[in-house]
Amino acid sequence: MSESLQPGSALSAHGLTAGYTPGAPVLRNVSLEVAAGELLAIVGPNGSGKSTLLRLLGGAMRPWEGTVELQGRALHSIERRELARQIATVAQENTVAFRFTVLEIVLMGRAPHLGAFRFESRRDLAIAQAALDRFDLLPLAHRHIEELSGGERKRVFLARALTQEPNVMLLDEPTAFLDLKHVVGIFTRFRELASSRGLAVVATLHDLNAAAAYADRVMLLKAGEVVGYGSPAEVLTESNLRSVYETEIYVGTNPTTGQLTILPSLTPRP
Amino acid sequence: MTTSQPPESIAGAHLTAARLFSVLILLAIGLLIAILIAATFGSVHISLIAAFAEPASADHAIFFAARLPRLVMAVVVGAVLATVGAALQALVRNPLAEGGILGISGGGALGAIVALVFLARLGWSESVVPIVAFGAALLSTVAVYRLAEVDGQLEPFTLLLVGVIFNAFWGAAIMVVNSVVNFYYAHTILFWLMGSLEAPTWHEVALVAALGLAGFLALMYHARDMNLLSLGDEAAEELGVDVNFLRRLIFVATSVMVGAVVSVSGIIAFVGLIVPHMLRLAFGSDHRLLIPASLIGGAAFMVIADLIARVAISPAEIPVGAITALFGGPFFVYMLRREGGKPIGL
Repeated sequence: MSESLQPGSALSAHGLTAGYTPGAPVLRNVSLEVAAGELLAIVGPNGSGKSTLLRLLGGAMRPWEGTVELQGRALHSIERRELARQIATVAQENTVAFRFTVLEIVLMGRAPHLGAFRFESRRDLAIAQAALDRFDLLPLAHRHIEELSGGERKRVFLARALTQEPNVMLLDEPTAFLDLKHVVGIFTRFRELASSRGLAVVATLHDLNAAAAYADRVMLLKAGEVVGYGSPAEVLTESNLRSVYETEIYVGTNPTTGQLTILPSLTPRP
Repeated sequence: MTTSQPPESIAGAHLTAARLFSVLILLAIGLLIAILIAATFGSVHISLIAAFAEPASADHAIFFAARLPRLVMAVVVGAVLATVGAALQALVRNPLAEGGILGISGGGALGAIVALVFLARLGWSESVVPIVAFGAALLSTVAVYRLAEVDGQLEPFTLLLVGVIFNAFWGAAIMVVNSVVNFYYAHTILFWLMGSLEAPTWHEVALVAALGLAGFLALMYHARDMNLLSLGDEAAEELGVDVNFLRRLIFVATSVMVGAVVSVSGIIAFVGLIVPHMLRLAFGSDHRLLIPASLIGGAAFMVIADLIARVAISPAEIPVGAITALFGGPFFVYMLRREGGKPIGL
């Protein structure tokens, strides 16, 4: 993985405009850049185009205008299996037809590295085991995926993505359905991965405090347009958030930790 | 990372080459036992030793003239139908899918009947029958798949309903042909609707076996991709699978296989449902195992079903398609109650 520690942008997008029905773009003129070892959070209300942006970055969808580049190469010029060795995506919802074990699902991450008839080698197994371990899933390796809770299942798919050994990870709401302990655990792990392996992470997030705490950079979207793009302190301001979420929001600093803290100004019951 | 030993805590939680081969050998032994039992029993009990040792014996005549052709047919038809079932289930991500239930066998049967009745009269060779059956099966497969697709998603109940409609439609079309043609053909057609392993020529059996094997090898080559397809189209694509290509490959391979089988045995439903389901429960869902295991397990299942068809009301015989449906109907209901109520998989 050491070759990915080089500086420069791992993934970049320039002037992306895209949508599902002609004439009605859900994203307009979005540009971004993620360097190796960096965590970019994409935030914004429901329907602001977060998931669409992630699909464009992963190549699941082609933009109407603009380009996506992986280490300087146009995304659409990269062969499918090679792309799968470079970029791993974890969708917001993951369903599995049929009863596979947790280990089987995680090992599917090795598929882009293996030929048609090749069985997983010891090395493949070791990679899968390390990924399971990282997400506290080793005791569940034998279990069937449908027996797990939503949060456990989410971690299985994160471990699968890690098993792909990608340089870029695209995560759609990685901490939805997770309890607080695992929310913290998952962000801590991705921070570790970013710095130790030079992994570039792009995650859509609902949780603004998580974005403030863990992201190097934040992109704030409203109705498909970029409202702010920069460091959490630059982007997550009261005026930006008030205009995007159309509600009163308090932004302050946690007096004990010095951490940027965002709270909706809830009206107390009379 | 130094791992000379397989990690202990995860051992046995996935498919290894050793496990694949031991399961396949186990199933092959099971098939062999089923064949020996089915060869021995029937309306007359014969001695296999005599059949081989004494060429002049009645045992010899019965075995080679009556039992062996039936056994070969049962092996080929069962193997192909179960493999097709497993592949179709991977394609539509639904364990309730099967060639007979989805109306694909019905389409193939109509094609075969039309070819037999009309093309044969025009002096065409009978070898066009499996080809026309293949075309009709392919048309049915693609149509069922596309019609069940809502906003790019395959809705499980829509899929089954479309299958029901196709079955009813093809059945009606076959009855219309039945009414139009003369008695000889009508008899054949009824046989077709029930499904039968009455021996056709060796030439035909060999053709079906060859087409079945070709389809099997094509599916086997993409067995791992079928695992990834279980995660959904987009996830499979993100893991490097050319989903459009894989889908077309499964369409064509299963249609060739169904077309070939239907043109010699008629519609035998539920084999492709029961066999892969049992195998999945016993050995897991990895298609690298499930596809070849279905090939062998399907053959064994059909040999036993045919034995029951021959001995249940001996000396009379029940059509083997009736036997599989008698087992398969309740089995389908059981699976529907178990699997159908929730969205596919999770």
